Amino acid sequence: MQKAAGNEPRGQRSMVVEPSSAATLAMRDATEPVVVVDKVSLAFDEKVVLKEVSFTLLRGHTKVILGASGSGKSTILKLILGLLKPDAGAIFVNGDRIDTMNELELMKTRADIGMVFQEGALFDSLSVAENVGYKLYEETDLPLDEVRARVEEVLGFVGLSDYVERRPSELSGGQRRRVAIARAMAAKPGILLYDEATTGLDPITAITVDEEMIKLRDLENVSSIIVTHQLRDAFFVATREAERRDRGYDIVAADAQKSDEAEFIMLKEGVVSFEGNAAELRSSNDPYLKSFLS
Amino acid sequence: MLQFLDAWLKSAVLEVQEYVRLQIATIRSAVSRPFYFHDVVEQFEQIGIGSLTVVLLTGFFTGAVLALQTGITLDQFGARPFVGRLISASMVKELGPVLTGLMLAGRIGSGIAAELGSMVVTDQINALRALGTDPVRKLVVPRVLAGFFMAPVLTVISNTVGILGGWLIAVFQLRVASSLYWTSIVDGLYISDAWMGIIKPFCLGYVIVTIGCHVGLRTKGGTQGVGRATTNAVVASSVAVIAVDFFVTRLLITLLY
Repeated sequence: MQKAAGNEPRGQRSMVVEPSSAATLAMRDATEPVVVVDKVSLAFDEKVVLKEVSFTLLRGHTKVILGASGSGKSTILKLILGLLKPDAGAIFVNGDRIDTMNELELMKTRADIGMVFQEGALFDSLSVAENVGYKLYEETDLPLDEVRARVEEVLGFVGLSDYVERRPSELSGGQRRRVAIARAMAAKPGILLYDEATTGLDPITAITVDEEMIKLRDLENVSSIIVTHQLRDAFFVATREAERRDRGYDIVAADAQKSDEAEFIMLKEGVVSFEGNAAELRSSNDPYLKSFLS
Repeated sequence: MLQFLDAWLKSAVLEVQEYVRLQIATIRSAVSRPFYFHDVVEQFEQIGIGSLTVVLLTGFFTGAVLALQTGITLDQFGARPFVGRLISASMVKELGPVLTGLMLAGRIGSGIAAELGSMVVTDQINALRALGTDPVRKLVVPRVLAGFFMAPVLTVISNTVGILGGWLIAVFQLRVASSLYWTSIVDGLYISDAWMGIIKPFCLGYVIVTIGCHVGLRTKGGTQGVGRATTNAVVASSVAVIAVDFFVTRLLITLLY
């Protein structure tokens, strides 16, 4: 299985692990690529969905993928999860090349990835607690008490502790998304993929979902890829940060360094037409970007 | 016209290929870990116990109507007392397995296709994979095992109530002595008939459930797609029941008689 260590030319990748002092480790962590998408192309029959798309997500950073409907945004997430295979190019997750893996090998890689699907994709036949603890109940040997404790912890994190026994059909749209986030984070993944997590929600509920994303990124050091066409939510996540307080946390304006850690990618007909931070996106003179932002 | 034929053939070949792939994956998953025991038990309950009412009713009335119809025909030859022989042979060898299969195709085939189809269009199957679960192990294997093992059980139950239904008509309508009826039932059955009656439902149960799973997992196009998948599953598995019954009967006649 191949390993990746950043954006080196293809064929020259190697994962260099040189543990030394804690400071060096922390520095390496901050620049360690957790997801590398390298010249990935995909077509369904005659329709080209993605064409030579490349980007790198560093640990603890956020990548916001913007684009019109049908531009290939959600497809990128499915490729990173290994739910689809690219026609060309390579995808690395935590250094492992995943586009050549079989389903059994992918299961191990997916252990470090959580995904929040459009509309939540919660299991209708299970309760909120069963949905959230699904992976821990079914795919690990954790004692039931520990699973229950973790379920309560994550449901508390997203503010839904009182909804443990409810069924997904009894929840509002915003609550379903928050349960989906809780389910994705329950197994403590290092990478979270959000597919239109706030689409269709009212602005107040969308903000609560945005805050969950910020909390996970800043308090749990989770690397995130956010697919959306909701600009307001994208900028909110990119320009805010969560700070731990004695009792809970605060969402405050992000400093310059934190803002730079959130990068935007604009997809236009399957091609990356822009890559940069929030300030660069706002100041771009590209006519397509301007029309998208207006 | 040629283009249409070409597209149709390609699509048919693709369906067969995917159906075979699903079966290989199912068999491989059934004999390796992880094994979702809880889901297997749940499916045995849903497919077995859940289908009991419809199978009981179908079996009973089939046996009863068979007694009514054959009674009239046998009267022409003065052979009314042999009604039990005809009912047992027909029920055990053919009507029991096929009618139970058709009932299961309607109830189980459609249910599986609708359930899995809904899970596909709402991304729940992708969510399962994202959470590290193989959908074939979690969803297909338990259903296939339940269908494979419960279809024979349900068929035996159907045969039994069918023979009881025939007994009611024979005794109270055709005025055949009860003891004569039961003697005739036993006389009409050979061990090879029993083998045929028990082997066929295994094949039919397997075919019904695998078709339901295949059609469900290949659902496309939202709620309309789920509706289409449900209809296709019922039609395909019903036709498959009749066709598989023919081929298995042909094979068993060669082997057993």
